[in-house]
Amino acid sequence: MSKKVILSCVVLVVAAVAIPFYLEGFWLQAGLFAMSAAIGAIGLNLLTGATGQLSMGHAFFLAVGAYAYVYFAAEPEGGTHALGGLGLPTPVAALFAVLTAGVAGGVFSPIAGRLKGAYLGIATLALIFVGQHVLFNAEPVTGGYNGRAVPPMELFGFVFADSPELVVAQVPFGSLERLWFLGLAVLTCAALFARGVLRGRPGRAMNTIRDHEIAAGVMGVPVARYRAGVFVLSSMYGGLAGVLIALVFQRTVPDYFGLLLSLDYLAMIIIGGLGSVAGAVIGAFFISLLPQLLSRYSDALPLVAEPGSGGVSPAEASRILYGAAVVVIVLFLPGGLLGLARRLRLAVTRRLAPVHATRKTPLSPSSTPSPDTRN
Amino acid sequence: MITFLELLVNGISVGAVYALIALGFVIIFKATEVVNFAHASLLLVGGFVIARLHPLIGFWAALLLGIAGAAVVGALIEFLIIRRANVISHSVLAIVTIGVDIVLTTELTRQIGTDVLALGDPWRDRVLHLGGVSIAETRIVALAVAAVLISAFLLAFKYTNWGIAMRATAEDTETAALMGVRRGRISMGAWAVAGALAAVAALFLCVFPTPGLDRSTTFAAMKAFPAAILGGLDSTTGALAGGLIIGVTEAMMSGYQNDLVFLGRGIGDVAPFLVMIVVLLIRPAGLFGTRELARV
Repeated sequence: MSKKVILSCVVLVVAAVAIPFYLEGFWLQAGLFAMSAAIGAIGLNLLTGATGQLSMGHAFFLAVGAYAYVYFAAEPEGGTHALGGLGLPTPVAALFAVLTAGVAGGVFSPIAGRLKGAYLGIATLALIFVGQHVLFNAEPVTGGYNGRAVPPMELFGFVFADSPELVVAQVPFGSLERLWFLGLAVLTCAALFARGVLRGRPGRAMNTIRDHEIAAGVMGVPVARYRAGVFVLSSMYGGLAGVLIALVFQRTVPDYFGLLLSLDYLAMIIIGGLGSVAGAVIGAFFISLLPQLLSRYSDALPLVAEPGSGGVSPAEASRILYGAAVVVIVLFLPGGLLGLARRLRLAVTRRLAPVHATRKTPLSPSSTPSPDTRN
Repeated sequence: MITFLELLVNGISVGAVYALIALGFVIIFKATEVVNFAHASLLLVGGFVIARLHPLIGFWAALLLGIAGAAVVGALIEFLIIRRANVISHSVLAIVTIGVDIVLTTELTRQIGTDVLALGDPWRDRVLHLGGVSIAETRIVALAVAAVLISAFLLAFKYTNWGIAMRATAEDTETAALMGVRRGRISMGAWAVAGALAAVAALFLCVFPTPGLDRSTTFAAMKAFPAAILGGLDSTTGALAGGLIIGVTEAMMSGYQNDLVFLGRGIGDVAPFLVMIVVLLIRPAGLFGTRELARV
């Protein structure tokens, strides 16, 4: 790694750690949603971006993760609307929730392994509709229409909730501030793991399946097994994102996990950049923060009206914006925002390169760029 | 028995409407190899134009304009977006249509708001009685119209120059282009036809017994996706069979819902997708789809 990369990493980490001390709850919550969306988007990017398998059912796995966490962690409730629950310790419940999402993906693998591309996209639509049906009807587990309250996470005696009170450096640390660090840690681990998968042998196999399925098969990649495997991995990422979203929301409602959410995730990876971890993260932050930004500054923006006043509401405006962004990016910016950033950097270094060369050549004989700086 | 017959006729009629949507979907796939996720929004465009214009210019003129409108929107999507997209993988193009769908659906549902728009059709809620079996007139008209349109389309597909050019393009794009088939025109025509069919389907999805055009119409239109895929994405016959299977299953499951309480409320809406999964488990390319073979 070059010095620049290390430096930018350090800056990023310092900024991420400092944010809860300076920003208000609104932005922390938005940031947490963006973080959980980033985890889900990384998973979807492994499947759709790197392996070329379209999935419209990602929201289903988020729902599985969220509801499984609630079910495993909650104490059973009696009364007229009896709610089941296992009352497991919350970290165990979170782990089981992710595994459950993986199992759900595995159950779908006879289809996920055999169908390719857009065919799988339509088949996974079924997950959304069946999922919604189950969420509304399996009331003892999901709480039906009204959803369920989410028990706060408790790690080694440290509770991620508003009470007991905690003040760090004169900043009151509520649930959002505490969850911020949990989210940060989980997102970092998830991103590093996915990066490892993509850069290693499995990543190459996945890209080959996407680019040329037959070539992959001929070279000894078990195509069907890989497709099913990536589907399971991606659904586990979805489950993890679901757990985090449930913790931030503090309530799970079935309406949230609909088709629109799946489309959001697809838009994230397209806008960020297909097939890479950084692209998924960038896209997730873009899509999750856009409606928040628009609603926060709706009075200052033309064309965007207050919600409920008949005009274009911030949520609708942002949907239209990123729907259009998806189209524009595929047409003009293959590679998404990440690709754009790379291209800009390339253009800048090219423009600077001749100046560098003339100034540096007499001083150092080896002016050929090292592999790190060559891009 | 009478309930069964009523459900069967209703199912076939709804199925014929699904078949219209699925047919458009299949035509687009054959001509441009794009899986068009914006199909539900094309349908919404047609329905919306009819609903907004019929108080002003009468039902039939509004219907014509609705069909034309959806066809134009379809052709525009092809001309402005699909044709310009320079991508290798068709699955990326499918995602582009999702982007289009997000924009169109958001804007149209915003226009519709919480209203339920009537389409001003001349059949209203009249019911026909045939020896104890009572069927809504709209269902009979839907069945007849769908049958006429589908057979007209299949004949055109087989005998007209347009149909032959289209089949040639589907078979082998490059050779067809060398033979003088205008590829751009073919794919634009396919999108326009698909839009027009979707608009007709929109009419019959929104008339009695459905209350009218509202936000949830897109979800009704979504049921044509399983119809298309369980028949086989590249088969027109498959679209018909798929539509009928989906329509009848849905009608039966909703009709006998009270005997199927253990499956939960609203099982009829989920049934099409369950059928699709079962079919895909047995035949991954759909009932009539060509299995993809490759020589290495």
